[in-house]
Amino acid sequence: MNDNDGQSGDIGRISSGTMILRLAAIALVILAIAGVFAYAGGWLTPHTLTGARIVDRFEQVNEVHPGFRRNHAKGVCLSGYFESNGRGTALSKAAIFLPGRVPVIGRFALAVGQPYAADEANTVRSMALLFKLPDGEEWRTGMNNIPVFPVNSAEGFYDLLLSSAPDPATGKPDPAKMGAFITKHPEFAKAIQLIHGQPVSSGFADSAYNSLNAFRFINAKGAEIPVRWSMVPVQAFRPFNSAMSNKSNTNQLFDALIAEIHNGALQWHLIITVGQPGDPTADATLPWPSERQHIDAGTLTIDHIESEDTSPARDLNFDPLILPDGIAGSDDPLLSARSAAYSSSFTRREGEPKSPSAVSTAETGK
Amino acid sequence: MARNPAQFALTSRLLHWLMAAMLLSMLFIGAAMVTSLGNYHRLVALHRPLGIMILVLAIIRLVNRTFTTLPPFPPTMSKRERLIASASERLLYTLMIALPLVGWGMLSAGHYPIVMFGPLHLPPILPVSPTLYAVLRKTHTIMAYLLFLAFLGHLSAILFHILIIRDRLLDRMALWPVRSHNHKDP
Repeated sequence: MNDNDGQSGDIGRISSGTMILRLAAIALVILAIAGVFAYAGGWLTPHTLTGARIVDRFEQVNEVHPGFRRNHAKGVCLSGYFESNGRGTALSKAAIFLPGRVPVIGRFALAVGQPYAADEANTVRSMALLFKLPDGEEWRTGMNNIPVFPVNSAEGFYDLLLSSAPDPATGKPDPAKMGAFITKHPEFAKAIQLIHGQPVSSGFADSAYNSLNAFRFINAKGAEIPVRWSMVPVQAFRPFNSAMSNKSNTNQLFDALIAEIHNGALQWHLIITVGQPGDPTADATLPWPSERQHIDAGTLTIDHIESEDTSPARDLNFDPLILPDGIAGSDDPLLSARSAAYSSSFTRREGEPKSPSAVSTAETGK
Repeated sequence: MARNPAQFALTSRLLHWLMAAMLLSMLFIGAAMVTSLGNYHRLVALHRPLGIMILVLAIIRLVNRTFTTLPPFPPTMSKRERLIASASERLLYTLMIALPLVGWGMLSAGHYPIVMFGPLHLPPILPVSPTLYAVLRKTHTIMAYLLFLAFLGHLSAILFHILIIRDRLLDRMALWPVRSHNHKDP
């Protein structure tokens, strides 16, 4: 082969000075690309808030409980079905709203970081659901029994976790820290009034669970509307009665739920609240006016309860942005942040050894 | 116009640069996604279908590679250098195919729906398993770093050839046709 002979002859023609310059140029290009990659990967900005850092904060406040969710750590799994009445189809093309029945699995939990914490009436209760649509799509949603979220940003939530953590000396949040927090995140003051103003129901069964964040529904014509949704119980509201509560049973709320489901299926209506132009979608601390249109899209029936120790719902990430076609996230920054933090928590716990749930199989079998 | 035998086939060159752009975007999206809060969801939603497109393209490349004649190595490359070049090419191909498969498998094991666009989604390729998910999740990251390093090595080698050896090695992969330099050949 005698091609390229004109080229290979060039090698000797570079002076050693030129060669050093060119080698330096190559090194510079490689370093620059590696630098941009490091920047994209967050290594140069270690103080930026990430999903992992939010989960770190949970671990800082609650310690690490291997194998458990970093928040909503204490829970029990459910299954049942959702019967759509077809009324949602005008708002969203999502297959969930076509008339008919889809299977549901999910989880009731308390918004605590400690998986063995004693049940308290004032702890936030949650209902997380996975709707399995006939075409293989999924809708996952995690809802809470509070009317609004206490903060409107991930930074606010990150700060709140530390500021509201009990002071080891008093067992209560440090008022000075909470004061500084409220100055920095003023939306909290109004939100917490709304949260505390809501009467506490007797348990999981007579609680309403709210999406808190706004979403968008897209219908078959491509029309988009802002929505929020709630699971509103068919079970009549009964106020929590502290005199009746059994403090010696650390699982009193879960045990009551188990007994109720064993007694008969529990039901909730999926109520879609239709937002109007101008309704806040990027701020989960702000309620929408109560006169907004509410559409009952169908009924959720929960007829089976199972310990996390055996249920597939333990190893599910109830990422609020796992949505079917026809439902999409809004501009609420909390949604993407929840998605990131849930993913981080999921990845950590899935790699850890599992311990039995406080709500054991023996408990759910009672 | 007959192809310059010192150049890769046009299909190979097109696939190479398309893949280069996609892989680089993918590596940066992957790195940014893990550390972004506000754009996390948007980046993940892009990462999944782009990964599957890379998998499809990598398979097309592999098939294309077996059916096209490759240009010879230039004489400026020593035997050892040719071995290293072939090994790194094999590593790049392996990662281009394995990374998306590990990602797909990891989502399957983690019980995630594998959403592409709109209602379009892929079936799981592995059973749901927390341990498997955790292992594959780590593997995905390690392989991505390895791919980034392999890319940097690939780029360093080509820059070395262009700037220091000056053997016009890039002509082999140039998108535009390059005149043959072997004028003396019959």
